[in-house]
Amino acid sequence: MSRMHLSRGRLGWLTLEVGATALIVALLWLYTDTNESYAVAPLGDVLDAFRATWLFEHVGSDVVPSLVRMTLGYGAAIVIGVVVGFGLGSSPVLAAIAAPVVSFLRSIPAAALLPPAIVLFGIGGGTKVAVIAFVCCWPIMLNTSDGVRELDSTMLATARVYGIRGIDRLRMVVLPAVAPRIFAGMRTSLSIAILLLVTSEMIASTNGIGYFVFQAQQQFAVDDMWAGVLLLGLLGFGLNLLFGVIERRVLRWNVRGDGSN
Amino acid sequence: MLEVVGLSKSYGTGAKVTRAIERLDFAVEEHEFVGIVGPSGAGKTTLLKCIAGLLAPTDGQTLLRGVPVTAPPPELAVVFQDYSRSLFPWLSVRRNVELPLRRKQEVADKGRAAAEALGAVGLAGFEDHYPWQLSGGMQQRVAIARALAYQPRVLLMDEPFASVDAQTRAELEDLVLRVREQFGVTIVLVTHDIDEAVYMSDRVVVLSRPPSTVQEILTVELPSPRDQVESKALPEFVSLRARVYETIMQPAAKVAG
Repeated sequence: MSRMHLSRGRLGWLTLEVGATALIVALLWLYTDTNESYAVAPLGDVLDAFRATWLFEHVGSDVVPSLVRMTLGYGAAIVIGVVVGFGLGSSPVLAAIAAPVVSFLRSIPAAALLPPAIVLFGIGGGTKVAVIAFVCCWPIMLNTSDGVRELDSTMLATARVYGIRGIDRLRMVVLPAVAPRIFAGMRTSLSIAILLLVTSEMIASTNGIGYFVFQAQQQFAVDDMWAGVLLLGLLGFGLNLLFGVIERRVLRWNVRGDGSN
Repeated sequence: MLEVVGLSKSYGTGAKVTRAIERLDFAVEEHEFVGIVGPSGAGKTTLLKCIAGLLAPTDGQTLLRGVPVTAPPPELAVVFQDYSRSLFPWLSVRRNVELPLRRKQEVADKGRAAAEALGAVGLAGFEDHYPWQLSGGMQQRVAIARALAYQPRVLLMDEPFASVDAQTRAELEDLVLRVREQFGVTIVLVTHDIDEAVYMSDRVVVLSRPPSTVQEILTVELPSPRDQVESKALPEFVSLRARVYETIMQPAAKVAG
């Protein structure tokens, strides 16, 4: 009985979501179709440009390089953030030494790092990867070190009493305990990574989705420009969705039930 | 089996020093059940942590079968008050019980040891549940099963029933008395509950207010197996609990050496 009510409720919400989205798209279509401004491309034309560009002519030349940079930079940020975060979280002395430097470095506005990065690494792939890694590692690092510092004393005492030490302690006790914090940092960093990917490709690149959008604007190819923006939106949406799926899988246990079940 | 010799622990230094326990002396025999009670604020948990090797005493020592305890010994297990922080929420009930056995050579068949312990606490069939899917009382049963599967000689329990309701508490008390027979383990129980200490123990160690010393050690001569209704109605039980209560209420100055 209650289950039926529940599913009907869910269906209702889903209808509302899909309906609202369809309405917004329809209004957008109408607006862009009737607007005279050259900057506002009709939605139909944008979708045509999207099909022509991203299915699949520019996938190899622009999408793949973007995704590779993003993966490398974000992956490096996770490794650096978690490893250094564990160090800072386990040693109060280390944390005290690093605190001012870390606070300063993470306060530098991300885009301000691009000019020095170009001087250091040129406009090859290295610059983009380095900037993404540099800026994305802080949220992960700080969350990890907080998580390690706040490890529960009873939990650690339990591990000691039962002789759980070394790699077992790390794998079975400490890492799972800190994992929710690591994921919280990774979620923040994911948005930053996408932002920096696009910014860096606009300023210092010869390919990539960000480069494509910027070039389209420079050449007054308004349809292509909007098609690129659309793709970036979908990319961010898809990556967040994927992240949510992975997080829910890894942190299954962290979804506290109500004791029934 | 277990000897506490001149054990003292103070926190801080100089003028700000807090003396939690001071020169405690008592011994626990093999297969004995010793309850430690004291007023709230007495260094009961401090004492237990020192015995377990989790905390270094300021002075004195604990000997487990003649060997000084400097780190948690492998033949000792602890059941903590807060099961929700002592069990690992990312591991199933089975894996919580099996994890301590991974490096334990003495336990040949880990799976069987875990299943036996879970059966003994009445949790057969709940192996694949996660701790947070169980009630508080059941979670503490998991913690007790984990301790039993570890096959310790000495089991320390730190206010193990303080976070469950009264009915569950009585159930768990009787459960521990049962498995104590079954597994032949020596138990030291720390509690602030005088009834519980008298009901469960062979001997009760009464601590004073801090800096805590041993006020008195009482032998409990109640027939076994004990029963929540009958044992507690016996005149011996009533007089013993009155005696413990009076001892705890005494000012610390009147300590009998």
